Amino acid sequence: MPAISFQNVSKLYSSAGREVRALDGVSFDIQPGEFFGLLGPNGAGKTTLISILAGLTRATGGSVSVLGHDVVTDYATARRSLGIVPQELVFDPFFSVREALVIQSGYFGVRNNGAWIDELLQGLGLADKANSNMRQLSGGMKRRVLVAQALVHKPPVIVLDEPTAGVDVELRQTLWQFVATLNKQGHTVLLTTHYLEEAEALCGRIAMLKQGRVVALDRTSALLAGTASTMMRFKMDSALPPELASKARVTGRIVQVTTHDAAEVEQVLATLRAAGCQPEDLEIGRADLEDVFLEIMQGPPVTIGQVKVAI
Amino acid sequence: MTAMLSGARTLMYKEMLRFWKVSFQTVAAPVLTAVLYLLIFGHVLEGRVKVFGDVGYTSFLIPGLVMMSVLQNAFANSSSSLIQSKITGNLVFLLVTPLSHWAWFVAYVGASVVRGVVVGVGVMLVTVWFAPLSIANPLWIIVFTLMGAAMMGALGLVAGLWAEKFDQIAAFQNFIIMPMTFLSGVFYSIKSLPLFWQAVSHLNPFFYMIDGFRHGFFGTSDVSPWISLAIVGASLAMVCALCLHLLRIGYKIRS
Repeated sequence: MPAISFQNVSKLYSSAGREVRALDGVSFDIQPGEFFGLLGPNGAGKTTLISILAGLTRATGGSVSVLGHDVVTDYATARRSLGIVPQELVFDPFFSVREALVIQSGYFGVRNNGAWIDELLQGLGLADKANSNMRQLSGGMKRRVLVAQALVHKPPVIVLDEPTAGVDVELRQTLWQFVATLNKQGHTVLLTTHYLEEAEALCGRIAMLKQGRVVALDRTSALLAGTASTMMRFKMDSALPPELASKARVTGRIVQVTTHDAAEVEQVLATLRAAGCQPEDLEIGRADLEDVFLEIMQGPPVTIGQVKVAI
Repeated sequence: MTAMLSGARTLMYKEMLRFWKVSFQTVAAPVLTAVLYLLIFGHVLEGRVKVFGDVGYTSFLIPGLVMMSVLQNAFANSSSSLIQSKITGNLVFLLVTPLSHWAWFVAYVGASVVRGVVVGVGVMLVTVWFAPLSIANPLWIIVFTLMGAAMMGALGLVAGLWAEKFDQIAAFQNFIIMPMTFLSGVFYSIKSLPLFWQAVSHLNPFFYMIDGFRHGFFGTSDVSPWISLAIVGASLAMVCALCLHLLRIGYKIRS
């Protein structure tokens, strides 16, 4: 039985008098014990999909289940199996960290949860803040509390919606070590993030969403192997020739061009030479997940037939 | 089922802890307001306004102020808690839990009743020194306190669900709750009003809550406490049904 199952999920919003299709027939399963990444640009539908899973939003069509429990008809059991770390940095200003965790446990019917709360506080580096009011915590500390709140009822399935947005490097490391340990202990993890190196390092499988549809779904290694094979990187001060500008990614002086074979590399160099450009620090390397992501997102409008699916 | 009960109990505890942590603002302040009303209106009107037989005006005013405080604070508790959670976004902590709409209802309304009763007892303890007050029938006092506070707690929940901004809650409070409580006979017996305004007052459910509550003290009231009980009971049932329906469909909290 899948840990999470999305079946033909669609969501229509009414916005300013017109209908917006936030999700369009999204279907995939996440197996127990997986570390699964959900990627996509802003507005692709990631948070909508997670909101439907969490019961914050209702799907217009299709169904979602957690460990076989439908999130609408059997919401209580489904939600008991889920721990959601929301994207927004929210907190209740009335309570201390420990009070917030005790209260969150109680909502799930878990009482006398002190030992596990202590373990969470310790694991997330919050032990010395246990009795501080939520208002007194820094943004990073509040983010840690959000993770602790999501885990306080020991859910088998953990959902992290961009948990490292605006978080410093140290906290990111702490957080990932903690979540990776939970995953090793058997928890299923669903992660959305904008940091693609994180997804590449952590996720065994990845789904990419674009305009509310799944445009790629595969093992991370297969995605990396199966798409752009090489990436040319160089620095240049002058403008790119127009035929290259259309397919290059430019960040300041750094230019990146996706290529698939040696002939294509030669062709790029010839184009640069012909235009009188002088690239510096030329590197040719393996494409990383960011390159794969951009190639997929910049591709033609999707159709269901193009979805790569492999379990 | 046990987990659900425990969840509802936790939410009610959290709601009580919330107001208790700021009790200076949520308990002491309304008690002071009620005392000021008593001092000013009692001073100006004692001996000038005739109410129930030989009942003095200040004695008459005390139960009215107690009940008004109960009602306003029960409403304030659920409405302000919910709108704050909605606006700051921390309602998500509750939305992702397995708590049913019944659990939400029982917890929010329960905590509102507790705050209403705590403030009501506070007002009573302070004002009772200002005039002699007898208790003719404590059961009516308890029944109308609990029913009135529950109705206002549920109404506060409805307002909290409906409102998207703090000023909408303030408008609800200032343009609906305040006029209905002030015009319900807190400060006067409606028998002193012209016939037309007496008839209008009879359409106000708040009038029956206060009149029934007062009956518990003086054994006399503008209308029979049984009529008040029936009308307050019917109003309570309607508001509760609306509130439960809105919670069940996730009105303005689940998109």
